[in-house]
Amino acid sequence: MNWIAVKSIYTFEMARFFRTITQSLISPVLSTSLYFVVFGAAIGSRIQEVEGISYGAFIVPGLIMLSVITQAISNASFGIYFPKFIGTVFELLSAPVNFFEIVLGYVGAAATKAMFIGLIILITSFFFVDITILHPVWMIVFLVLTCISFALIGFIIGIWAGSFEQLQLVPLLIVTPLVFLGGSFYSISMLPPAWQVVSHFNPVVYLISGFRWAFFGSADVPIVTSLFAIAGFTLLGLAVIWWIFRTGWRIRQ
Amino acid sequence: MPDIVEITNLRKAYAGGFEALKGVNLKIEQGEILALLGPNGAGKTTLISTICGITTATEGTVTVGGHDTVTDYRQARSMVGLVPQEINLEPFERVVNTVAFSRGLFGKPTNDAAIEKILRQLSLWDKKNNQIRELSGGMKRRVLIAKALAHEPRVLFLDEPTAGVDVELRRDMWEIVAGLKADGVTIILTTHYIEEAEAIADRIGIIAEGELLLVEDKDKLMTRMGKKQLVVQLTKPIDALPTSLVSDSLALSDDGAALIYTYDTRAERTGITKLLADVSDAGLILADIETKQSSLEDIFVGLIKEGAA
Repeated sequence: MNWIAVKSIYTFEMARFFRTITQSLISPVLSTSLYFVVFGAAIGSRIQEVEGISYGAFIVPGLIMLSVITQAISNASFGIYFPKFIGTVFELLSAPVNFFEIVLGYVGAAATKAMFIGLIILITSFFFVDITILHPVWMIVFLVLTCISFALIGFIIGIWAGSFEQLQLVPLLIVTPLVFLGGSFYSISMLPPAWQVVSHFNPVVYLISGFRWAFFGSADVPIVTSLFAIAGFTLLGLAVIWWIFRTGWRIRQ
Repeated sequence: MPDIVEITNLRKAYAGGFEALKGVNLKIEQGEILALLGPNGAGKTTLISTICGITTATEGTVTVGGHDTVTDYRQARSMVGLVPQEINLEPFERVVNTVAFSRGLFGKPTNDAAIEKILRQLSLWDKKNNQIRELSGGMKRRVLIAKALAHEPRVLFLDEPTAGVDVELRRDMWEIVAGLKADGVTIILTTHYIEEAEAIADRIGIIAEGELLLVEDKDKLMTRMGKKQLVVQLTKPIDALPTSLVSDSLALSDDGAALIYTYDTRAERTGITKLLADVSDAGLILADIETKQSSLEDIFVGLIKEGAA
C-alpha cells in the first residue's frame, strides 16, 4: 500500500474544502434553517405528530440524509471529474498507486466532507427542535456508511461524466427524486398501500429508515434490512470502481 | 552506460483501429539525453504515455531500471517523472502545495528541503506561495517540471517542453535540461524543433507514423548522413558553368557569384583538390571559400520523405 499517496490525495482534497470553509458551512446551515421554517413551522404546525414524534424533529434525520447524500455525491464526482477536465489526471495515472489507493483518497475526502456537513446540520437542528438520539453509535454507523456509499457513487459519476452537464445529470434526475421519495419528510406508512410497495424498491428508503431508527427507535423497514441495504450499496459501488480501473473505462486509453 | 529504459516491440492500436505505434524497439542509456524527433501525429506522445502508464500497450513490454511497467508498476513508475505537453495545472493551487502533492502521490515522504531545492533550481522559490493562475506561461511550465521532479525520478520525460515557447525561455529550458543531466537524470524529450534536438541531445531518434526510423548518436548521425558543401566565392559573377566543370555535384548559385560543390565526407576522395585545380584551369579567380555541414533538418526532411516514398 502506498499510504503516503492516499494521505496526499486526502489532504489535498480536504485543503480544497477548507479553502472555501465559509461557503461550505454557511450554505448547509442556511438551507437547513429554511427547511425548518417551511416544513417544520409552516407545514409542520398542521401535521402535529408522526409516529409519536413532533414533525419538526421527525424530519431531522431525513434532512441530514438529504444533505449528506447530495454532498457526498457532488464532492466525490467533482473531486475526480475536475482533474479529468483540466488534465491533471495524467499525474494520477502515471503515479505508483493502484485503484484502491486513489479511491481511498478521493472517496475518503468526499465522505469526510459530507459527514462534516451532516454533523453541522445536526447541530443546527438542535437550535430549532428538541431531539434525543436513542442509539448514537448506530446513528454514526449509518451516517458513515451513507457518506461512503454515496461518495463511491459520486466517484463513479465523476469518472463517467464527459461534461459538467453530465456531472449534474445523475444527481438531478435520479438521486434527488430518490431522496425526496425516500421518506425524508414523511413516513412510508403515510402513503397509500400501492406506493408503499413501490417505495420498497427505492434504496434510499432503507438508509433514511435506518438512520431515523437510530434517532427515535421507530423504522419503516426492519433495521437489519437497512444495514444489509447500505452494505450492499457500498459493495456494489466498490465493485463498479474496481471494474472501471481494471478496464481503464473512461480514464485510460 | 547500462540501459535504464528498454522498450521491446511496443505496439499501440486505439479502439478505432488507428495504429499509433507499430512495434517500437528502443534502449535508453542511463544519463543520456535522447531527443525523439518527429512530425505532429508521429506517435511521440503515445510512446511516452505508454511508458508512463497513461495509455496501455496493445503489445510489447517496457522496463524501467529492470522493472516491468505493467507487472512491477510501482517500482517502475516511482523512477519516472513526466512533464506533459499541455499545461495541466490546478489554477487555484499554490506552487509549493502542488509540488508537495506530486511528491506524496509518488510515495515519497514529505521533505521540505528537497522541495526547496527543486523550486530554487527552477527559479520558482520566489513564487512558491503564488497561485498557479497568477504565473506566466513560462513559469507554469517550470511548475510542471518541478512537479515531475518532486519525487526525484531517475528518468524524466519531457513531452515537447518548448512547444509555443519564446526563444529566451527555450534557452532557459535547455539550461535546465543540461543541469538535470549533470545531476545524473536520464532525459527523453520529444520535439519537432530540429534545432532543439541538435542543441541538447546526445542521441536522436526519428519517429514517423508510429515507427522509429532510426536512433543514433547525434554527432555520428550528422557525419554519417551529413553531406558537406563547399562554397567557392568568385571575384566576378559568371553566367554559366564552364563546360569543363559541369558535373552532378557542382552547381552555380542563383546570382552566379559562387560555385556550390556538394561532397560526401565519408568518401575516400572528396574531389576537392581536383575541383580547385579545375576551377583554376577554367580561369576563374577565387574570392573566398567556405564549407557547410548540412543541418539535422536536411537529414530529417530527407528521412521523412524516404519513409513516405
